Amino acid sequence: MNDLTLRQWLLADAPTSRRHARLSSLYKGWLTLRTNSMAMVGLTILVLLVFTAVFAPVLAPHDPFSQDLASRLQPIGTGGHLLGTDSLGRDILSRLIYGARITLYIVALVALIAPVAGLLVGTVAGYAGGWTDVVLMRITDIFLAFPRLVLALAFVAALGAGIENAVLAISLTAWPPYARMSRAETLTIRSTDYINAIRLQGAGPLRIITRHIWPLCISSLIVRVTLDMAGIILAAAGLGFLGLGAQPPSPEWGAMISEGRRFILDHWWVATVPGLAIFTVSLAFNLLGDGLRDALDPKDDGQ
Amino acid sequence: MALAERPTGGRRSAPLIHWIKSILKTLGTIAITMLGLLFVTFIIGRVMPIDPVLAIVGERASQSTYDAVYQQLGLDKPLLVQFWYYLWDVLHGDFGNSLLNARPVSEDIARVFPATLELATLGVLIGIFLGVPLGVIAAVKRGSWIDQIARVVALVGYSMPIFWLGLMGLLVFYGVLGWVGGPGRLDIFYEDVVPTRTGLILLDSAIVQDWDVFRNALTHIILPAALLGYYSLAYISRMTRSFMLEQLSAEYVITARVKGLSERQVIWRHAFKNIRVQLITVIALSYANLLEGSVLTEIIFSWPGIGSYITTALLSADMNAVLGGTVVVGLIFICLNIFSDLLYRFFDPRSK
Repeated sequence: MNDLTLRQWLLADAPTSRRHARLSSLYKGWLTLRTNSMAMVGLTILVLLVFTAVFAPVLAPHDPFSQDLASRLQPIGTGGHLLGTDSLGRDILSRLIYGARITLYIVALVALIAPVAGLLVGTVAGYAGGWTDVVLMRITDIFLAFPRLVLALAFVAALGAGIENAVLAISLTAWPPYARMSRAETLTIRSTDYINAIRLQGAGPLRIITRHIWPLCISSLIVRVTLDMAGIILAAAGLGFLGLGAQPPSPEWGAMISEGRRFILDHWWVATVPGLAIFTVSLAFNLLGDGLRDALDPKDDGQ
Repeated sequence: MALAERPTGGRRSAPLIHWIKSILKTLGTIAITMLGLLFVTFIIGRVMPIDPVLAIVGERASQSTYDAVYQQLGLDKPLLVQFWYYLWDVLHGDFGNSLLNARPVSEDIARVFPATLELATLGVLIGIFLGVPLGVIAAVKRGSWIDQIARVVALVGYSMPIFWLGLMGLLVFYGVLGWVGGPGRLDIFYEDVVPTRTGLILLDSAIVQDWDVFRNALTHIILPAALLGYYSLAYISRMTRSFMLEQLSAEYVITARVKGLSERQVIWRHAFKNIRVQLITVIALSYANLLEGSVLTEIIFSWPGIGSYITTALLSADMNAVLGGTVVVGLIFICLNIFSDLLYRFFDPRSK
C-alpha cells in the first residue's frame, strides 16, 4: 500500500517541490532503463562486482597472497581450488575476488578525475569565451589528437610504475572528450533566458557555472563516463599486463594475465580466467552505458 | 578540383580566398598540435626521475666530467632554450642515441617501423572488407538477426582486452590446432633469406617470388592481423551502419524507390555512394588507432615493431627511445587525424 502511494507520488505530473521533481525524473529514467534488458544485465554484473569487492574477505576461500609451492599450477576444480592455482600455488579465485577491489579502485579514481577536469575546462572555456576559450580548446585538441595508450605509457615511464600513476596517466589522456562535450553544452545553455534571468538577479559567473550549468551537463557526462569505463578498464589492464600498473604480488587482473602468459600452452587457465573477468566487467559497462544513453538522451542514436 | 571548374557567375575569387584561408588555418592547426605533442614529450623527458647525465657518464664519473656533459646536453640553459634545442633536433630527425645500444633512435625506429606498418595495414584491410559490408547489411536489415549479430560482434570487440584475445588465439590456433605460425614474423629457418627492400616481408618476398617465405610470413601475420582487423571491424561496422541508416531514411532514397530502382541500386548506387567520404575518414581514424593498438598485440606475438620497441625501451628506462617512439607514433596519429579531417572538408560539399 505504502509502496503504491510512493509510486504515485514519484509519478506525479505536477511536482510539489524541487526535491520531488528531481526524484520523480530519476524514477522515470529508471523505469525507462528497466525495460532495457541488456542494460539490466550490465547493471547486475556491476552490482555483483561491487558486492564481491566489498565482501572480498568473506567470499574468498583462500588468502590471495599465501603461496603453496607444493600445489602450484593446479587445474580448475582440484584440491579445493575452484579455478585452480597459479605458478606460486595461490588460489586464482581468491585473487580474482580481491582483484575486483583494484579494478573498482582504478575505475572510481579515473571516473572522479577525468570528467571533473574535463567539466572544469569545458565549462570555463564555454562560459568565458574569447581568448580563454581559444587557448583552452586548443590545448584540449592537442591532447585529443594524441595516441592515448602510447602517451599513457610515456607518462607511466616518467612517473614510475604503480596503480596511482597508471590512474593519473589514464586520466591525463581521458579528459579531453569531456571538455569538448561540456563546452558544447555550456554554449547552448549560456544564451538561454533563465541564465540571463539569474544574471540580472546578480549571480556571478562562479555561481552560474557551478549551480546552473554543471547540473545540466551531468547527465550526458554520466553516459559518456559509463561508456568510457570499458576503455579505461582495458587500458588499466593493458598497463598492468605490461608491468606498468599494479605491482606484484597485487592480484590485478592484467598483471595476472601477464603472469599466466608464460604457462599459456600447458596451463591455460592461469591467463584465461582473469581475462574473462576483465571482459565481463568491461562488457557490463558497455551494456549499461548503451542503456543509459538510450534512457537519458535518446537523440543521438548509434554513435 | 571538379567543383572549381563550374564557376557560378563572376564570384570565383571569393571561394578561392576562402579555400586558401582554410588551408592556412589547417596548416596552423597541424603546426600547433605537433608543437604541443613535442612539448609534452619534452616535459615528460624532463620530469622523469632518471638523471640523463648519470645515464651517460656512469655513477663513478668525476664531478668535472659530470659538469661537462651537463653543459654539453644544454641542461644549464633555461627550459625554453632547452625546448628549442629539442625541437631543432627532432625536426632534423634526431631523437638522440639509445642508452641501450648507443645507436641513433631514429635508425632503430626506421628499422622496426615496417613491421608495424605491415601488421596494421593488413589489419585495417581485414576490417574494411568485413566491416563495411556487415555495417551496410545491418543497416538495410535493421532489427533482423543479422543486425543483432553485428551488434554483438561489435560490442564484444569493444569490451575485449586485446592482449588476452591474442593469447587465446595463440593458445587455440597455434598451441592446440597448429594452424598458424607462432610468435615472430618468420620461422628462424626463413629469416634473412629474402633481401630487405621495403621491410614489409610479404612484399619483399613477393618481389623476388620466394613463395615459401611468403607463405611462412603469411602464417605468422594472419593471426595478429585478424585480431587487429576484428577491432577495426567493430568500429567500422558500427559507423557504417549509422551512416547508412541516416542515408536510407533520406527522401531521395524514397524517390529512388518510387522510381522503381532495384533495391540493390538504391543501396549501393545511391545511399552507399553518399557515405563514402564519411567512411574514408572513419577508416583513416581506425588505421591510426591500429598503429597505436598494435602495441599490446606486438608484445603478445613478439612482433618486432614499434610497439615492442617502445615497451622494451620503457622497461629498461631508455627514455630517448621511449620519447622518440612516442613522437613518431604521435606524429603519424596526428597526420592521419588531420588527413581524415581535410578529406571530409574538401569532399563533402555540405561543409563548404
